[in-house]
Amino acid sequence: MTGPVRSRRRGGGAGWLAAAPLLAVTLIAFGIPVVVLVVGAFTVKTGGLGFDNLSATMREPYIGALWSSVKLSAVVAVAGAILGAFLAQAVLTSRSGLLREAVLTASGVLSNFGGVPLAFIWIATLGNSGVVTAALGLGPGALYNFWGLALVYLYFSVPLMVLVIAPALDGLKPQWREAAQNNGASTWQFWRMVGIPVLGPSLLGGGVLLFGGAFAAYATAAAMVGASVPLVTLQIADALTGNVLIGYENIALALSLDMIVIALLVMAVYLPLQKRSSRWLA
Amino acid sequence: MAGVTWRRVTLGVAAVYFLVPLAIAVWFTVYNESRGFSLGAYGRIVSAPGFGESLLTSLLLGAAVIVLVLLLALPALLAVRLGAPGLRPVLETITTLPLIVPPITYVVGIANALRGGTDALAATPFWQTLISIQDEDFPVVLVLAYVMLALPFAYRSLDTGLRAIDVRTLVEAARNLGASWPYVLFRVILPNLRSSVASAGFLSLALVMGEYTIAALMGYRTFPVWIVTISGNDGQLSVALSVLSLGLIWLLLLTLSGAGRKAK
Repeated sequence: MTGPVRSRRRGGGAGWLAAAPLLAVTLIAFGIPVVVLVVGAFTVKTGGLGFDNLSATMREPYIGALWSSVKLSAVVAVAGAILGAFLAQAVLTSRSGLLREAVLTASGVLSNFGGVPLAFIWIATLGNSGVVTAALGLGPGALYNFWGLALVYLYFSVPLMVLVIAPALDGLKPQWREAAQNNGASTWQFWRMVGIPVLGPSLLGGGVLLFGGAFAAYATAAAMVGASVPLVTLQIADALTGNVLIGYENIALALSLDMIVIALLVMAVYLPLQKRSSRWLA
Repeated sequence: MAGVTWRRVTLGVAAVYFLVPLAIAVWFTVYNESRGFSLGAYGRIVSAPGFGESLLTSLLLGAAVIVLVLLLALPALLAVRLGAPGLRPVLETITTLPLIVPPITYVVGIANALRGGTDALAATPFWQTLISIQDEDFPVVLVLAYVMLALPFAYRSLDTGLRAIDVRTLVEAARNLGASWPYVLFRVILPNLRSSVASAGFLSLALVMGEYTIAALMGYRTFPVWIVTISGNDGQLSVALSVLSLGLIWLLLLTLSGAGRKAK
């Protein structure tokens, strides 16, 4: 009786030993910065602990930037999830293997495309001297606002949604649709009562991923809009690189903590959903 | 009939939205009203100051990140399957961290930790260590940060690969035949994981070749940071670099799926 138990215990010990380097690096490379961040966010000017920094981030101009970041991410998440799902469904039902392959490959590439290069490409297209701007006779500043930023963020968000939702759409069995039709259901009824409930977790999970991507994006916004659209990532970068008054470093830490709390709340929705949707992908 | 119409409209709108900016970007880099067609913008990339150095820095960082991420993740993932299932939730949590801590907040934490550490350790030998990991040509700090960001990708591809092989039988057979642990890892497990190791590697490399926020805010001149600094006021050059970096991602993914297919 004792033999297997002991050997399992020994295996467990060796197992934790094998993972020790990973745990140690995580503690150093992630643990220290996060602890420093949290402690710094609660450290007030006098050196003691308090809520001064965090309550400062709940006032203007910071609260406006936080709110604008959340709003932008929500717009991108909802629009990206809906458009991505429609695009994926259109591609998957087109019965053209070539189109499917091409769109999925392109989605893989574009969902990884971001940062400043993305901004440059859109500036050449819709910037003040962009080709489309001139061709359509749009005025200056068409791109450099909230909706312009949302349009650009969708360029990597929609492809990401296509990648996330495609396996779930593939999992919608044709038999379900036939069964619904045989029972006299309309297309709308099929989607409302079968399709959307089955896809729900993947749709929401994808939406959460898009929210996170848009919420964390910094370089594209910095290159495109500068300060004309207030965003929390831009405020943090300004505070970090000293573009603001001295003594505001801890505001950057407090804003970072705000961001982490928001991301944590959003991820709390995502993790249980991911487990639920994996049931349908089996 | 309605089905065909909505599909055409969706695909048409998507094609315009995704292809027009790309086509314009490529056109913009090769055509100039005063000079006509020329590939000069792409030629200027290679001769631009700092191109070689920043590319080398990023490639070195990428190589270090790939090696380190594999060396850290693979033993841990094997342990999960060989008798420490309790590790799994811990690993899942670690690989979720980069989703919860956005890069910009991560770099704020790193910068403050380094500043605080340098002040606190000024009188001790550790100070020298802190300075040397911030070396400009090969910043170890960046390697560690990128390893953390790459872990989720590496973890997922390695986990998928391990699911396809019977790890326990392979390891026990090899151990019973007298193989040492390094031999088991490098000669038994790794050859069976070729495609998922390749995919973990390419995803890590793609991350390193594209990450801007952390490197820029810490003042390092990696390739993505160089792209931004060199673009300056040369519009054609900046768009050419954007097209180039998109091509780079495409090439990496193509190699990735090619490697996956060959190993199957």
